[in-house]
Amino acid sequence: MQSGLKKKLFVAAVALGFAMAVPGAVVAGDTIKLGVAGAQSGKLVSYGMPTVKAAELVVAQYNAKGGINGKKVELLVQDDACKPELATNAATLLVTKGVDVVLGHICSGATKAALPIYKEAGVVVISPSATTPDLTQSGDYPNFFRTIAADDAQARVEVDFAIDTIGAKKIAVIHDKGDYGKGLAEFARVFIEESGKAEVVLFEGVTPDAVDYTAIVQKIRRFDADAVIFGGYHPEASKIVSMMKKKRLNIVFISDDGVKDDTFIKVAGANAEGVYASGPQDNSQNPLAAASKEAHKAAYNSDPGAFYENAYSAALAILNAVEKAGSTDMAAVVKALHTEKVDTPVGTIYFDEKGDAVGVGFAMYQVQNGQYVEVKK
Amino acid sequence: MDYFIELLFGGLTRGSIYALIALGYTMVYGIIGLINFAHGEIYMIGAFTSFIVATVLSIYGFPLLAIVVIAALAAAVWSSAYGVTIEKIAYRPLRHAPRLSPLISAIGMSIFLQNYVLLAQTSDFLSFPALIPEFAFMEPVAHIVGSSDLVILVTTALVMLALTVLIKFTRIGKAMRATSQDRTMAMLVGINVDRVISATFVIGSALAAIGGMLIASHIGQINFYIGFIAGIKAFTAAVLGGIGSIPGAVLGSLVLGLTESFATGYVSSDYEDVFAFSLLVLILIFKPSGLLGKAETKKV
Repeated sequence: MQSGLKKKLFVAAVALGFAMAVPGAVVAGDTIKLGVAGAQSGKLVSYGMPTVKAAELVVAQYNAKGGINGKKVELLVQDDACKPELATNAATLLVTKGVDVVLGHICSGATKAALPIYKEAGVVVISPSATTPDLTQSGDYPNFFRTIAADDAQARVEVDFAIDTIGAKKIAVIHDKGDYGKGLAEFARVFIEESGKAEVVLFEGVTPDAVDYTAIVQKIRRFDADAVIFGGYHPEASKIVSMMKKKRLNIVFISDDGVKDDTFIKVAGANAEGVYASGPQDNSQNPLAAASKEAHKAAYNSDPGAFYENAYSAALAILNAVEKAGSTDMAAVVKALHTEKVDTPVGTIYFDEKGDAVGVGFAMYQVQNGQYVEVKK
Repeated sequence: MDYFIELLFGGLTRGSIYALIALGYTMVYGIIGLINFAHGEIYMIGAFTSFIVATVLSIYGFPLLAIVVIAALAAAVWSSAYGVTIEKIAYRPLRHAPRLSPLISAIGMSIFLQNYVLLAQTSDFLSFPALIPEFAFMEPVAHIVGSSDLVILVTTALVMLALTVLIKFTRIGKAMRATSQDRTMAMLVGINVDRVISATFVIGSALAAIGGMLIASHIGQINFYIGFIAGIKAFTAAVLGGIGSIPGAVLGSLVLGLTESFATGYVSSDYEDVFAFSLLVLILIFKPSGLLGKAETKKV
């Protein structure tokens, strides 16, 4: 009941915002309908609402310029509460309303449930936040794109860096047995094996909080690894790098954004020097990112929330593709997404053949003089 | 062969780390038959105290040796004060209560102290200064035994020796043995049992504090939670060796440390704990009182 009321209020608010943004009546059938689906109620609402706001701002911007190819853009906002069973309802509803392209969904599970419906209807979907690798990599959904790096992208960046930049041939993959660390480590192992250019000499989990990591350090030495990829968080990472220094094992240590944290440098001190860690790309220097943030502040008098930049970029990318394609036909829009580069808050992006944004994702950082510094390839 | 030696010394160091904590468990158990679950927290408080003292002293530019000695003394005194206080307020009032009551009280103290340090100090990981310098003469073998490994090994050996002498040949040692055998009888022959128990807590806590300092310096980081895991492992080691027995605690710790080290080295570190605890179960099946423990006959 409460969520129903919220939804009504919300629809009213959106309608109001829309009315302000687009003066004059919108003639049905003569518009490009951009669906926005995601969590707009429930406990994950904070993940979904920033996307709605990003879409409103981008659409207002487009309509202020006179729309796309003479057509105004119309928003169709639909709640799925991040639940797969509601996501199929939302998708069906949007398709019934004649949606042309969809920005969403927010959660991976909901996105996966909704995608077959869009695919059948020939609707292109672009998500700002669904990170499950399968969504693009399975190849089942040629109509699906995203402006966020998949869960395995970090492992990909680490492995590419180890093999191509460092030139490692024998890599020890260590993790902390946790969901995050082990998940990353497993992706890293697969990517190293697929590459054929290096081998995984050791794949093991260490017990978090253990008093001493001497044995695993000696084991890394025994297997003659020339680089370590560690999946996990900074407390274990700092213990391992410190022990490596103590045991005079001077090889490259590469880790993840659980380690790309200033606490790691503080705790590991001098032993942190030279450690590599991947972390989300820094967009703060991008003028478009700053502009999108300003726009949000001006319109809503608050700072944007989760996935806002990704959503803003997704909205720009999909509307740009529709504009360049000159139609909302699925094949044409898909082709435009693959080929047309577009400037967005997350950088100048286009999409690879699977649907992942090229130019979005993780960068490598290295501890230099007590600070993480981005490593340019 | 090199690999074997590396793992051997890794295991010995790890075992010595456990032993420094396990000795406190086993002493308290030997005297009053209580498993002092707050002992791991005493170790943690020792590490924090030496951290604070060492940080302050290094700001004033003291030489390293002075810092180590003063920090160790301060940690020992401070932790002993905690140990004795815990005994006074949490265990002594329950001395005649059923055995489970002081045990629960001990677990309560452990949780209390953890949270106290969390609130009074910090929840962050802190970088512990390297109090043990890199000795130049160790450099050729540093990849096997580092300076801090050496210091920990030597300290553990010395401590075990000193404790054995203390218990076998001194007046307070004799009083401890008497209290341990029969508390009422000891009282009747004029031994101040309360003082003996306090002395036991002082010694155990001071050992844990010095261990805390050495181990923190070896690992290079501390937080409020380090006492829990280390305490559980040390307790396991004490049971393995025969709780109540001082050489048993050291032997049990070394066996546990070596098992973990070789399990990691030759099998997989994923199974480190599986091996450690399987060993515990096996030993307890065949020798229920532990490696060096005396079979307890129940007094009727």
